[in-house]
Amino acid sequence: MESNGGDASQILGEIESLKAERKDIDDRILALEAQLREISITNGTVKSDASSPSVLKAASHPNHQLSPDAIYRYSRHLLLPSFGVQGQSNLLNSSVLVVGAGGLGSPALLYLAACGVGHVGIVDHDVVELNNMHRQIIHTEAYIGLPKVESAAHACRLINSTVKIVAYKEALHTSNALEIFSKYDVIIDATDNVPSRYMISDCCVVLGKPLVSGAALGLEGQLTVYNYKGGPCYRCLFPSPPPTTACQRCSDSGVLGVVPGVIGTLQALEAIKIASGIGEPLFARMLLFDAFSGSIRMVKIRGKSLRCEACGEKSAFTPAYFQEFDYEKFTNSPLSAAPPKLNLLPPDSRISCKEYNEKVLGNEPHVLIDVRPAHHFNIVSLPNSLSMPLSGLETRSPEISAALNEAQPQEGGGSSSGAHLYVVCRRGNDSQRAVRLLHNMGFPAAKDIVGGLESWAREVDPNFPAY
Amino acid sequence: MKLTIEFGGGLELLCNSVKVHNVKVDPQDGEEKLTMKGLLSWVCKNLIKERPEMFMKGDTVRPGVLVLVNDCDWELSGQLETPLEEKDVVVFISTLHGG
Repeated sequence: MESNGGDASQILGEIESLKAERKDIDDRILALEAQLREISITNGTVKSDASSPSVLKAASHPNHQLSPDAIYRYSRHLLLPSFGVQGQSNLLNSSVLVVGAGGLGSPALLYLAACGVGHVGIVDHDVVELNNMHRQIIHTEAYIGLPKVESAAHACRLINSTVKIVAYKEALHTSNALEIFSKYDVIIDATDNVPSRYMISDCCVVLGKPLVSGAALGLEGQLTVYNYKGGPCYRCLFPSPPPTTACQRCSDSGVLGVVPGVIGTLQALEAIKIASGIGEPLFARMLLFDAFSGSIRMVKIRGKSLRCEACGEKSAFTPAYFQEFDYEKFTNSPLSAAPPKLNLLPPDSRISCKEYNEKVLGNEPHVLIDVRPAHHFNIVSLPNSLSMPLSGLETRSPEISAALNEAQPQEGGGSSSGAHLYVVCRRGNDSQRAVRLLHNMGFPAAKDIVGGLESWAREVDPNFPAY
Repeated sequence: MKLTIEFGGGLELLCNSVKVHNVKVDPQDGEEKLTMKGLLSWVCKNLIKERPEMFMKGDTVRPGVLVLVNDCDWELSGQLETPLEEKDVVVFISTLHGG
C-alpha cells in the first residue's frame, strides 16, 4: 500500500509539472501568435502558410492601418461617429509632450497614454514626494524618492504598452527646449511657475506648435490653447510678468487635489482634439473653473496681438534669441517652484533652531510668537507658542507686552528686559518680516528663528510633522 | 446702476475673501456714463481692503490680471474706455501658475 501510495504521489507530481510545462508552452504560443499578428499587419498582408487552416481573412481596410488589437482596444472611439477611424488613426500618428508630471500632468498623461497618442513625451526633473500623492495620481507610494518621469512613464506603459513613451529626466531650459519640443506635434504646459510658462509659450511660438496651457491653485483652475490657428500666445495675453508677490504656489496656498485633476484631464482633451483633428479646440477662449461654487465659465479672450513681443509683427524671437533669453530675470522668479530664502535681518536679530532649543531646555524666560496664518497653526505648532498671524500683527502690541510681562522672572530685582521675544514661521521668511515689524512696534530685541519650523524638524526634532 | 463685480484667482483675498459683490455704482469723476476707468477707481476706494498694489499699477490693473466684461476680455471692448450698462458683470481674475 505504502509503495502504491508513493507511486501515486509521484504520478500526481509528474502530472502537475507537465501541466505547468504545458501552460508555459501555451503562453509562449500565444505570445508568438501576437507577435506574428503585429508583423503581418505592418507588412500589409498575411502570408498564407500551407500548413495553417484556410480561413477567410478580414479584408485589410484601404483607409487605415489599425491592427486587430488596436481595433479592439480603441473600439469605443471607433464607434463614435464624429471620431471614428480617422480620429483614432490621426491620434496614433501624433505625438504630445507633457511638461511637468505633477498635479496637471498626472491625469493628462494617463489619458494620453490610454487613448492611443502614438508618442508621448514627459519632461520633469523632480522626485515623487509623499505630499504629492493627494493630487499627482499617476504616482504610487513605491516611487517616493524616485524621479517623477520614471514613475509616470512606468504607469503609462502599464496602461498601454503599444504607445511610445519618452522620459526626459531633466529640467526644461532654453538650451534643451527647442530640441525636445521640435519632436512633438502638441505641447502641454503642466508646470507650476511663471518663468516656465513664458519660456514654454515662447518656444512654441518659435517652433509654431500649439500649446495647451492649464493652471490650478486652491479651488480654482484655468485652461486655454495658445498659439493655435491665429489665436493669442501667452505673451499676447500677459505681455508683462506679474509681481512675484502675486504668484502663489500650491506648496504655500494649498490646492484641492481634484482641481488640477479636472484641469489636467481637460488639457488631455484639448490635446486629443488638436492631435486627432476632431472638435473645436479651446483657443481665443479661456475656461475658468471654480470648484468652490461649482461654476465653469467660458470667456472670450483677445486674439493674437500684432504688437506681441513673441508672436507679433516685429517679434525678435528667433531660435537663437530664445536660447539667450533669461526667463528668471524677466519674471524675477526661479524656474523651479522652490520657495525663496530671504535674508532681511542682521545676524544679531536671528537665532538658530538649535540655539532656541537650548534656551528652552535652559528654561530661559521667553515668549514665542508664531506668525503663520491661523489654519497653519491648527496643523501643528511648537508648545507654548502664541498664534499671531503676520497679517494682523501690528495690532497685537498689548498682548505681546502682557505675555512678556507674564514670562518675566518674578524674583525681587525685576529687571524690565527679563523675557526674550522670538518669532517663528514655516520657513523663516515671514518671521523676518515680522521681526522687522516688531522692531518698529517697540520690541527692538525681537529675534526670528532661522529657517522656521522646517528647520526645526530637520535640525532639532525629526518627529515634528512637516507639511 | 446695478453691477455684479467678481474677483478670482486670489484677488478676492484683497476684499476680505468675498468673491461676488452686487453693487450700485454711479458715473465717477465727472464721467457722463460709467466706464471701466471710473469703475476701477470706485473698486479701489470701495472694495479693495488691503494691498492695493496687488490690484492696480498706474491707472490700470497690474500685469497678470484679466478683466472680463460680460465674459469678454476688456481688450475687445476698449479697456478703460469700455462703457458699462445696467446689470453688467465685471470679473477681475488673476492668472494662476500652479500645477
